[in-house]
Amino acid sequence: MTALPLRAAAPPRAAGAAAGRTRSPAGARRAAAACLIAAGVLLAGCGPPGDLAAGEAPGGAPDPGERSLTVVSWGGSYARACVKGYHEAFTAETGIEVNLADYNGGLAQIRAQVEAGSVHWDVVDMNVSESVTGCDEGILELIDPSILPPGPNGEPAAEDFLPETNTECGVGTLVFSTIYAYNPETLTGPAPTTIADFFDLERFPGRRGMNRKPDANLEFALLADGVPRERVYETLSTPEGLDRALRKLDTIKDEVVWWEAGAQPPQLLADGEVVMSTGWNGRIFNAQVLEDQPFVIVWDGQILDRGQLAVVAGTPKLAEALEFMRFAARSESMAGVGRYISYSPARYSGQSLIGRQAETGDEMWPHMPTNPENMKNHLMADWEWWADHSDEMQERFAAWLAR
Amino acid sequence: MTSRESPIVSPTPARPPRRRALGPRLRAAGLVLPLVAFVAVTFLGPMLSLLTKSFHDPDVANALPETMAALRDWDGRGTPPDEAFAATAREFVAAREERTLGRTANRVNRVASGMRSTIMGGSREMVEARAAAEAAGAATDGAFWRETMVAIDARWGGPEPWRALQAAGQRFTARHYLKALDFERGPDGGYQRAPEAWRIYVPLFWRTFLVSLGVTLLCLAIGYPVAHMIANSPPKRANVLLLLVLLPFWTSLLVRTTSWIVLLQNQGIVNDFLVAIGLVGDDGRIAMIYNMTGTFVAMTHVLLPFLVLPLYSVMRAIPPAYMNAAVSLGATPFQALRRVYWPQTLPGVGAGCLLTFILAIGYYITPALVGGQSGQLISNMIAYHVQTSLNWGLAAALAALLLGGVTLLYAVYDRLVGIDRIGLGA
Repeated sequence: MTALPLRAAAPPRAAGAAAGRTRSPAGARRAAAACLIAAGVLLAGCGPPGDLAAGEAPGGAPDPGERSLTVVSWGGSYARACVKGYHEAFTAETGIEVNLADYNGGLAQIRAQVEAGSVHWDVVDMNVSESVTGCDEGILELIDPSILPPGPNGEPAAEDFLPETNTECGVGTLVFSTIYAYNPETLTGPAPTTIADFFDLERFPGRRGMNRKPDANLEFALLADGVPRERVYETLSTPEGLDRALRKLDTIKDEVVWWEAGAQPPQLLADGEVVMSTGWNGRIFNAQVLEDQPFVIVWDGQILDRGQLAVVAGTPKLAEALEFMRFAARSESMAGVGRYISYSPARYSGQSLIGRQAETGDEMWPHMPTNPENMKNHLMADWEWWADHSDEMQERFAAWLAR
Repeated sequence: MTSRESPIVSPTPARPPRRRALGPRLRAAGLVLPLVAFVAVTFLGPMLSLLTKSFHDPDVANALPETMAALRDWDGRGTPPDEAFAATAREFVAAREERTLGRTANRVNRVASGMRSTIMGGSREMVEARAAAEAAGAATDGAFWRETMVAIDARWGGPEPWRALQAAGQRFTARHYLKALDFERGPDGGYQRAPEAWRIYVPLFWRTFLVSLGVTLLCLAIGYPVAHMIANSPPKRANVLLLLVLLPFWTSLLVRTTSWIVLLQNQGIVNDFLVAIGLVGDDGRIAMIYNMTGTFVAMTHVLLPFLVLPLYSVMRAIPPAYMNAAVSLGATPFQALRRVYWPQTLPGVGAGCLLTFILAIGYYITPALVGGQSGQLISNMIAYHVQTSLNWGLAAALAALLLGGVTLLYAVYDRLVGIDRIGLGA
């Protein structure tokens, strides 16, 4: 983004040329000004540098004799958990090199690659809602469920995966949860225990962190407002139900700090900027266990969702990609991730394999969202409902936010 | 120096005789050809093709030709004729088998929420119903499909899903533009303004415009004295000062934005300092971030160099003798500044403000990170539709409106100030 202003700052010509303003033809000036505008719009369209970096292909063409594939994931502590948890074992077993690239979600890059016919992402770690949209669009490969390996004791895959973790194009690898956590150092007084407490400013005064998206927030609001969990999506489907959720959010709106990236909630809590914040349980876990933060997770009203792997349609490395999918779908691979970050394996047989945190030795099971202790009042996010309504909710939520 | 005076001093450039100039001109044209081709291929082409998407949306029409033909004469009342039911069922079942139905369902869902699952779930049952009917030897005609489809989902017995199909099937459509201006389809099929709770894009356009304008004015207020000081410093000091302006400019956008968070947040350095010197109490810490203040501070900082640099290069070319002359002729320093210096810097002011404003209009990461609930600007919605919902038609319509707005401003600027007075320091 530096080129333009540097050009603008080019040393002025000799002092006498200052009068050149009036000498040069107006047409040329006009063209120059038009270029300026075009360049400005072009630069403005570039968006955040983070996205630019995410769009880059990993450097260097691989050696033709060597098998490799590109796996795109969310970066940070999660990607590290995947590398340690099973990428290394995959390479050791198959000899296929894994090039890891980061992205921040979103389907635009995949769609652009598929439509341009030059696919250089092979396997992508995705949210289920995006993998369903991508599958509808035909930019992801259909996955034949028969490639999924049985569990360590021969459990057939069809029965071993948690319900609704696999879709037509996506293979479920983990279950994560949107929860809220508080910092007992800044939230003095009684400890919150229910999702309703998050919305109770009288008993628990202080600012709240929330994701600037309708996802999970609308569900939290209805759960806190006393809607039974099995009726949440049914209620949200009616205009009155949606209004009810937004009215509940209205009660804390002035105290909310909106976050955008998963790394923000632990930061906001640690800085004392908020006393409680919604967030992804793995990120909070990371702060609790690896950074010794005193945060406490409130599991009541947790919203479970699944993470999936999908293969980009038309990848030239389909064989390698499917081999990777088969490996990642093993219970042991999922448990490997679960030994680093508190995301539950998407298979029942994987959950018993986790044990302790690989670096600190903490018992992992109490931190897992699928631990029955943490599942006393949970909601499973309904991807079908979100696929139907996400545009509508996004717009309504943005309108509400802007008011 | 106002635009009224400029015709007096701008002579018509003499046009060289055509014959003599043809050869060099061709050669000159050849030299710029690679650049023109580059811009056409990498900028104009993609931009035009994306803008085309804002009114040309042939996906559904191509996917469901028979359904569209059967619905062509339907007036939108009651339910369409039996042939439409038969054609729709046939094409849904076929598209499901070819795995193209998801894309179609997704497009129709944009017109009417909930259609995705109606189509996807319904088509699964339609495949089963057809197999059952064929096994029983029953006819699968229009009447059969009418009954079956309404049995699968009662919505097919009303006009809404058919209207959605009809609307989504238009090859050329103003739908995206109407949506981008907060209009929606009324029950009579015409367009009307959306209810207030659903108006989103027009308020965001306004907010984007106002924030950009505010940031530009702030940049001008801060940048003008800075540029003047740099332009009138001895070269050595000017270089150091210029470096100070450029240094943040070379730093990553995210790093700069995050630094502002560290400085301005509730428990941040500025607030800690204010509390330490006793200016505010520990309970009275000032909210300077995650609100409009944060947006203005961070965006002004990020965009300041874009205003200082063009301004500086114009100011450097202004001989100090003019100001001296004005003062020696009896002007007060302020009069001299206002009537002699300011008019001469106008080209730089114009260039800098235009550049800053246009860049500000497209910003969204900075406001999103530091702006709290006010940090949502129109570009956030464009990014959402490009990246997440893949509704490129609507994204293109929003972008086209933004581009149109900027072009309009450019025209207004041209009218008021004269675009030929824009200066980049030449």
